[in-house]
This record gives sequence, structure tokens and C-alpha cells, in this order.
Amino acid sequence: MAGPDIKAPEMREYSQIPALQPGAMAATKSFVANEKVQEELGFPGTLVDDWHDKAIGKMGELLGKYRSLKVFMDACVHCGACSDKCHYFLGTGDPKNMPVARQDLMRSVYRRHFTAAGKVFPKLVGARELTREVLDEWYSYYYQCSECRRCSVFCPYGIDTAEVTMAAREILDSVGYGQKYTNEIIGKLHKIGNNLGLPGPALANTLEGLEEDVLEDSGVAVRYPLDVKGAEVLLITPSADFFAEPHIESLIGYGKVFHAAGISWTLSSKASEAGNFGMFIGNYEQLKKIAMRVREAALELGVKRIVVGECGHAWRVAYSFWNTLTGIGEGAKDPFAVQLQSQLDHRYRQPMHICELTWDLIRQGALSFDKSANDHRIVTFHDSCNVARGSRMGDHAGGQFEIPRNIIRAVANHFVEMAPGTTHEQTFCCGGGGGILTDDLLDLRIKGSLPRMETLNQVAEGQGVNFMATICAICKAHFTKILPYYGFKMSMVGGVHQLVSTAIKLGDK
Amino acid sequence: MSTATLLFTALFYLATAVLLAGLAWKIADYGRTPAPLLIPLTPAPTTQGGVVLRMIREVALFESLFKSNLWLWAFGWMFHVGLALVLIRHLRYFTEPVWAWVAVLQPFGVYAGLVMAAGLAGLWARRMVLERIRYISTPSDHLMLILLLGIAASGLMMKFFFHTDIIGVKEFFLGLLYFDWQPLPSDGPLYVHLTLVAALMLVFPFSKLLHAPGVFFSPTRNQVDNPREARHLSPWAAKMESK
Ligand code: SF4
Ligand code: SF4
Repeated sequence: MAGPDIKAPEMREYSQIPALQPGAMAATKSFVANEKVQEELGFPGTLVDDWHDKAIGKMGELLGKYRSLKVFMDACVHCGACSDKCHYFLGTGDPKNMPVARQDLMRSVYRRHFTAAGKVFPKLVGARELTREVLDEWYSYYYQCSECRRCSVFCPYGIDTAEVTMAAREILDSVGYGQKYTNEIIGKLHKIGNNLGLPGPALANTLEGLEEDVLEDSGVAVRYPLDVKGAEVLLITPSADFFAEPHIESLIGYGKVFHAAGISWTLSSKASEAGNFGMFIGNYEQLKKIAMRVREAALELGVKRIVVGECGHAWRVAYSFWNTLTGIGEGAKDPFAVQLQSQLDHRYRQPMHICELTWDLIRQGALSFDKSANDHRIVTFHDSCNVARGSRMGDHAGGQFEIPRNIIRAVANHFVEMAPGTTHEQTFCCGGGGGILTDDLLDLRIKGSLPRMETLNQVAEGQGVNFMATICAICKAHFTKILPYYGFKMSMVGGVHQLVSTAIKLGDK
Repeated sequence: MSTATLLFTALFYLATAVLLAGLAWKIADYGRTPAPLLIPLTPAPTTQGGVVLRMIREVALFESLFKSNLWLWAFGWMFHVGLALVLIRHLRYFTEPVWAWVAVLQPFGVYAGLVMAAGLAGLWARRMVLERIRYISTPSDHLMLILLLGIAASGLMMKFFFHTDIIGVKEFFLGLLYFDWQPLPSDGPLYVHLTLVAALMLVFPFSKLLHAPGVFFSPTRNQVDNPREARHLSPWAAKMESK
């Protein structure tokens, strides 16, 4: 297991593509889920006896259900355009962390079992039997991918390694070989309502305490309401926002924005989690089941708008999948979706990102700021992978990049971009996304952060950047942990609404 | 008719049948497999027209590859554009009279052949020289390049050194088209060229050459980014809902 003595790789002035170090990360394996965790999600408790046939069968099923997987298995030409684009490869040098090689772990088995060429000439086309070693290799390396989709940006056919990783994890789960971290969290969500296992009453307490703190700090009675029927807005936010640092600073900021704009809002104890780890394991049923809690809460509370807090993968799920999974959105004709959509106010985008909400208010002149309150900060913005590559904000393409930056510029005087090619759709993953945010993978996480740390270091040394804003709970949690390994202060990372919170003026309106 | 003519006649019918049937089957398979979730990749267009434009840029200019690596882009683009022009030039063997626009492009075909070969050579060098690319290469990746280089080289050879009876070649192929079979000029380089081409046609539907139809079916590239505005539901997901 990763101990505290892990050393971060050395930062260089310019990123370099490492020489291959075969097997460097072969032994890195996150903890396997135990029987109880697995069975709670309806997966076999331990590796089943006929895992080989089951796995191949599942693969066939997924190939029939997902065009992405089918096309991606066939289309790769081994051009290598993606080979140097993964932060885990750049940080570890392990060739199996090159996106194409990661895909090939599955593609080789696909060829053996689902293509004529692989059946007749396995050696020629790199086809392999699914042996126990191969299965273990899948487990190792498919849990060394954060499903960040950076590789896919550069692939001439848009081959998305995240889709392959999700399929692999789904197959592994189906034969009883699941990952402890992700599956345990999903179980917690079903039982308690959020990833951190914070029960309703504790949540109510926390929010009350928060109201007192904010009153003390700002002298204004900002409310953080829970389960208020008939509120205008239901805010769905990652549960880390309720007590983790620096997440909570952004929650404080959301509340201040609602307060200043006079919008009635509520949190929900039933849907007290924006995160949806069902996506990480590629399991449609889980993805849907988790998302359904939000729909149910919205119906029960009778809200008119659904707004999502700062969380990367949650926003991808909300923006891209909620309409499909739960009917949260618009344009549906079927009764299931219409039931909810007729309740929602379609003068607003549904669902809406908290940054969209804040930016709309800023544009309307509904909020005022004292920008100098942020003058002690020189801010840069880390685009989170799922927001950048898997979703959008606003009315046109690229809104997910402009809107958070617009907000930052509206509330702070000093803003600096990191190196081109490492921001916007080419942003690097923080190193801890997609089901990797566990201490048993700390070594991988630290190494995977290298590309981002190098670009951060450039602006920290060059322009004195001392604050990296981001809108993802996983980015925040991960950076807080690994920044010290690179010699940065952990308080260097924070949310966009943390900056909003610092500068917003809460006059009596 | 000579044995060679008979063999090549049969070979080209077979290769054409395999190519067309194989591709049709694959395309139908891609088409009927659902895409249950919207996964377009940034920068994703918000309209269908935008998707068409994106696809055109991707297929004609290799936009994503350009972002990745200039050398790879240059070699890949040289090869594909060269190949496209060479294929157009070869239309003259299948049309009588030769279409006007094909005639216009004729002179470029020769240079295109050279560009194509240069691109292929560059791609192969990359595959052998760069550690990362060498690592991911399978024997079939090398063979595919050898096959294509063989086709280009044998073709160029006939253009520059061992001229073949192109009138006879044209009669042979028109004969195949109209089921009025004609003898194939007996000529070594021509046999080599045609055998390699037939081999390429035969492996097409079973190999990574499926990237050609695949690119059009890639959900990250062909989906419209409008999940909030329209509800997207695949048949199997809809069934889950009604349960
Ligand atoms: S999705 Fe991200 S983590 Fe996974 S292989 Fe691609 S670049 Fe690496
Ligand atoms: S860029 Fe795409 S086609 Fe090229 S090696 Fe990577 S996945 Fe395969």
C-alpha cells in the first residue's frame, strides 16, 4: 500500500514525454471490493467460477448495447496520436497507461472472441485469450484511468478510452471483481443518501452550524435550507460541500448568491449528493438509480428549477444524462418525463449549473462585488475534465470555459491562464477523478498530477499565482491531498464560488 | 483465355463481393447498435449542420490528428490525400468515355502516387523508430503498411519503368464491369499490383481499415450536443423505464 513516504516526480520547466518503463505500475492495484459491498449492488460477491465465459458473455452484451464500444474496438489504427496524451502515462512512463495500450487490453480479447481475424490469426493481429493474468491486468490498468477523455480529443476517430474503461469495469463487476472504493460509495449512497454517508439529521445540524458561522463572519443571516417544500430552486451539490475544506467555502458562496438575488432555494436530504459513481463503473442501472433520487426529490419538493453545484462528473451526468435517465430537462413527450418537465420552469435551463445561475445574475446586475476583497489572490483556473469535455454551459459551444472565467474576472482582479494546450478541452485531469480518489492509489494519483503541477508551477513562479480555482469536488479533494507533495500549500486550491463568496456584497435588499 | 486472366477475373469478383458485403454488414451492424447516452466530445456542435461540418473537417483535414502531432498528421494526410487522388486517377480504367473531372485530375494522379508512398514511408518509419508506437504495433500493423507500400510501389513502377498495356488493362476491367470478359495483359508488375490490391480489398472488412466507416459512426464525433433540449432514449433504455 501507498505510504506517506511517496515522493512526487520532479517538476520540469517543460513537460516531456517519458521513456517507456514497462511494468512500472503493474503492481499498483486499488483494493478489491469485498462480498458485502459487491452484493449490495447486486454484483457477485467474489470472482465467480465461470468468470471467463461470463466475462466474454458480458462483453458481447455490451457490444450489442453500446455503439461506442463496438466502433471503438474496430476503428483504432494504432496511430499513436493518443499515446502521449494521458497524464497517467506522462507521470508513470508505464506503456500500458498509454490510452491506446489501455484500450488494447480489451481490444486484444475482443479480437480473439469477436473477430474472424483474431480467431484465425491471433498472433498477427495481437489477439489474446482472456486469462487470469489478463483479467488482473484489466483490474490494475482500468482502475488507473480517470475516464477524463483527454486522449479522445486527439484521436482521429474520437475513440474514447473512458467508454472502454467503463465497459471493462462493468465486465469486472459482473464477474465479481469490483473495486472497493467506488462500489462502497455507491452502496453508501443508496443506504444513506450521499457518498460521504452523512445522514439527514447530521446534515440538518451541519447546515444550521453553517448559518451561524456565516452570520458571525458576515453579519448577514444567510440561510442554508433543507427539504423546504415549494422552494423555487433545488440545489444538488456534492456531499463534500457540506463539510470538506475547501468545498464548504463554495457552498457558503452558493447560499450568498441565492440570498443576494432573493431566490428561494433548498437542499434535499434525499438527494444530498450530486455525484454519481454509477458512471465510473459504466453501469447504466446504477447510473439511473442514483439519478432517480434527484427526480424524486424534485417531485416531492415541487421545485421549479434544479441547479447543480461545483462537481465535474456530476455536471456531466446532470447535463448530458439526466434528461435521458430521469427526464430532468426539456423537450420530452413521454408521460414519465412530462410528469416532471411540466412542473419545471422552462424560462430557465434545466438542469442549470450554479455557474450559469451566478453568471446570469451578474449579467442582469443582480449581484454586486467588492473585487478588491480577492486582491490577496492571483487566480488561475483549472478546467475539470468532465465539465470541459463531457458537458457544456450557457447557450453556445464553449460556454463551459467562458462562464467560470467570466465569473472569476467579475469577482477578482488578478486572473492568469495556465499554458495553452493544458486548459479548455485539452485540460489535464487533476489525477484523481473517475473512481481513483482513494488512498490505496495515492502513488498513481501523485504521479498522474505531474502534468498539471508542472503547468501550475509555471504560473506560480512566473506570475505569482497562489490560487487555483476549480469547479469539481474531486479536483478539490485530490489537489488538497497532493499539492503538498509538490511543495505547494494545500489551501492553494478552491472553488469559483469561494471567490464569489469572498467578494459578494450582501447589502440589505 | 489464359489461366492468369481466369484467375484474376475470379479474384476480382471475389474481392469485390467480400469488400462490399463485408462493409455493408459492418455498417448495418454499427447502424443498428444503439447509443444509449449522449457522449459528444468538446468542441461539440449544437446543431446537426454543425455535426456535418465537424465530420467534414475531421475526414478531409484530420482536424483532431492535427491537434495531436504535426508529423503524424502530415504523413497520414499525405498518404490519404495521395490515395484519394490516385483512386480518382484509376477511375479511367472503369469509365468509357472518361468523365471530364477525372480527366482534369489525371496529371495530379502521378504526383499523388509519390506523395502517397512518401506518406506511407513516413508512417512506417514512425512505427519503427518511435518507442511508443513500436510498443503498440502488432505484426498486422506493419503488414498493412507493407501491403499499401507494395501497391504504391508496383503502381509507380508501371508508370515510370515497366510500362504496361493500359489499354488492355482498361478492357479487362470494363469487361469485368459489363460481364464481357477480356484478357488481362500478361505482365509481372501488373500481376503483383493487382494481387496486392485484391488482398487489400479482401482484408478491408476484417481489419483496422474499418476506421473508414467507423469514423462516421463514432458517437463522440457524430452526436449533436443538445441533451438538455431533447430527450434522448435508446430502445433498451426505454424498455427499462416502462418496467
Ligand atoms: S481517459 Fe484520461 S485517464 Fe483514461 S486513458 Fe484517456 S487520458 Fe488517460
Ligand atoms: S489516436 Fe485513436 S486511432 Fe490512434 S492509436 Fe489512439 S485510439 Fe487508436
